[in-house]
Amino acid sequence: MLQIKNLHASINGKEILKGLNLTVRPGEIHAIMGPNGAGKSTLASVLTGNPAFEVTHGTVSFNGKDLLELAPEQRANEGIFLSFQYPVEIPGVSMVNFMRTAINEQRKYRQQETISATDFLRLMREKKELVEMDNKLTNRSVNEGFSGGEKKRNEIFQMAMLDPSLSILDETDSGLDIDALRIVANGVNKLKRADNATIVITHYQRLLDYIVPDFVHVLYDGRIVKTGDKNLALELEEKGYDWIKQEVEGK
Amino acid sequence: MAENILHEVTQADYKYGFTTDIETDIIPIGLNEDVVRVISAKKNEPEWMLEYRLKAYRHWTTMKMPEWAHLKIPEINYQSISYYAAPRTNGPKNLDEVDPELLKTFNKLGIPLEEQMALSGIAVDAVMDSVSVKTTFKETLAEKGIIFCSFSEAVEHHPDLIQKYMASVVPITDNFFAALNSAVFSDGSFVYIPKGVRCPMELSTYFRINAINTGQFERTLIVADEDSYVSYLEGCTAPTRDENQLHAAIVEIIVHKNAEVKYSTVQNWYPGDKQGKGGVYNFVTKRGICKGDNSKLSWTQVETGSAITWKYPSCILQGDNSSAEFYSVAVTNHYQQADTGTKMIHLGKNTRSHILSKGISAGFSNNSYRGLVRVSPKADNARNYSQCDSLLLGDKCGAHTFPYMEVNNETAIIEHEATTSKISEDQIFYCNQRGISTEDAVGLIVNGYAKEVLNKLPMEFAVEAQKLLQITLEGSVG
Repeated sequence: MLQIKNLHASINGKEILKGLNLTVRPGEIHAIMGPNGAGKSTLASVLTGNPAFEVTHGTVSFNGKDLLELAPEQRANEGIFLSFQYPVEIPGVSMVNFMRTAINEQRKYRQQETISATDFLRLMREKKELVEMDNKLTNRSVNEGFSGGEKKRNEIFQMAMLDPSLSILDETDSGLDIDALRIVANGVNKLKRADNATIVITHYQRLLDYIVPDFVHVLYDGRIVKTGDKNLALELEEKGYDWIKQEVEGK
Repeated sequence: MAENILHEVTQADYKYGFTTDIETDIIPIGLNEDVVRVISAKKNEPEWMLEYRLKAYRHWTTMKMPEWAHLKIPEINYQSISYYAAPRTNGPKNLDEVDPELLKTFNKLGIPLEEQMALSGIAVDAVMDSVSVKTTFKETLAEKGIIFCSFSEAVEHHPDLIQKYMASVVPITDNFFAALNSAVFSDGSFVYIPKGVRCPMELSTYFRINAINTGQFERTLIVADEDSYVSYLEGCTAPTRDENQLHAAIVEIIVHKNAEVKYSTVQNWYPGDKQGKGGVYNFVTKRGICKGDNSKLSWTQVETGSAITWKYPSCILQGDNSSAEFYSVAVTNHYQQADTGTKMIHLGKNTRSHILSKGISAGFSNNSYRGLVRVSPKADNARNYSQCDSLLLGDKCGAHTFPYMEVNNETAIIEHEATTSKISEDQIFYCNQRGISTEDAVGLIVNGYAKEVLNKLPMEFAVEAQKLLQITLEGSVG
């Protein structure tokens, strides 16, 4: 599904990713962990085409397409979804209108007809239940006046609506209390299928109790330096990152 | 001084070899008393109308163009303009001859083919559906005693009403452009709603077809008699390519006791090209009076066109308990300039006014809100609430707010709020990541921002106005 080869990327001339390799196959959950400043969020930004970042080297192929050639909205419509670490507020634009626009753009891209009002409302209702989202929230403007937890839940709601093949959760657990964390994780698990995949970017092992990864990668200094199964996350939780640093620098 | 100008102007006659051949469709450029007489003669106007025009013209020659607006207006040579032109007859024959860019915009707006033809200036004959619609309208309106006709027809058939109400809200001495319009106005519309009548339809679809080619100096007069109601819609969402550089219109509205008038306008004159070349100068005087007690007037405007806009739809709240509203969205892109707002003059007791202005600036444009709220000594318990918001796209454009308040009665409650915001790159990227292109994202955000005003428009127009905002701002971000 996703193949990243020797990816280098920088922001304002500063290189953050320094030769990253990663392969994600359908049905897999990958966790990416690592110390602050390792490049975790940069990876999410680069994959989704954030114009603030410049790719200087390497290739990314997504379902056989050259991802780096595509505009951000094309990548989204190809099936890449990012749950933002800091979801943006858009005053005046209702969630309903925003979602309907997004769904219809996706359908247009895939040469499908626009969604009917009844189908759309049914979809909204269904997905709202999935993430236990309050009706009040979908009647408000996009993220405006939402609490931190509500914003994150709203991200998962949008993910459910758009049904992506690759979801990237960028620190979705940060700022969540334990109940919200459980709801968000449940949502992600319910959306899990054999034909989609998830990349979970997180600082803490905590989220991985709920969303169980097939692979855990350690991102350090712009590269994936260690890969293991879910036990690696536990080990990191226990020992921190210092031993990884020593291992990498000792090489 | 005045005599000098007058003298110069009279001299100009000879220079341009002026003739008074009323058979031709376009009279030579320049303005003087003879031109005013020719216009009046071509329209077979009665003597009193000609006198009115001449009085206005003479006054105009003593006036100077206003310079207080936050606008850079290139010098206008009023002697190089032709003040009367019959509708174009050498326009395109069919849609194949029309500018493809224009057609693209029509299609984006979803304008029916027949209307596209009419708007592009193709001679459309009676086959067109809307003509029969028009006839049906006329019958329905006539049954109720509603008069809705061109200004010229009204001068001919309803001289009493015209003489009673014309210039009662905007006198010829009001301002430079109003005086000019009063002297040379070509045509326009007249509406009279009799006592106790609720106009059963938006006076809109009809006008949209009819408004084309009424010329650059339009005049509209709307009278709502006691206990009546009308919603009137002027203008057109489609881009009207017009060679006329200068537009100076007058709109007067008289609202009697317990009556209500809603006036909505969508202005989309040619704004000039991306480098700021060409485009219409739109200098309009719009004013209404809530004459009777409990009367109500609301102005809703969506301004996206014109190179320069100078326009302040205003209201005189004379009747006790009368109320007025002003809802405005003004968009400027590229090198457009707009100085627009309103005046609310509170004279009666318990009068209320509400101002909601939403400015959107992009490119290198400048967008100013200018508003006056005046409370006279006798206007006990007057209340005004003003909200002026500005949205900036990019960092080369300007947004300005000039609120004026003159409060002479201590029982008045006046509130003013203003905000300025920007569309951020983060917002755009967030939309992009949900599959929405940058242009659609800008449209979505701008429409969300302007929604409170757009909601005031009649339904079918609101939809077109939304698309129009997006088209106007195409290419302004990213």
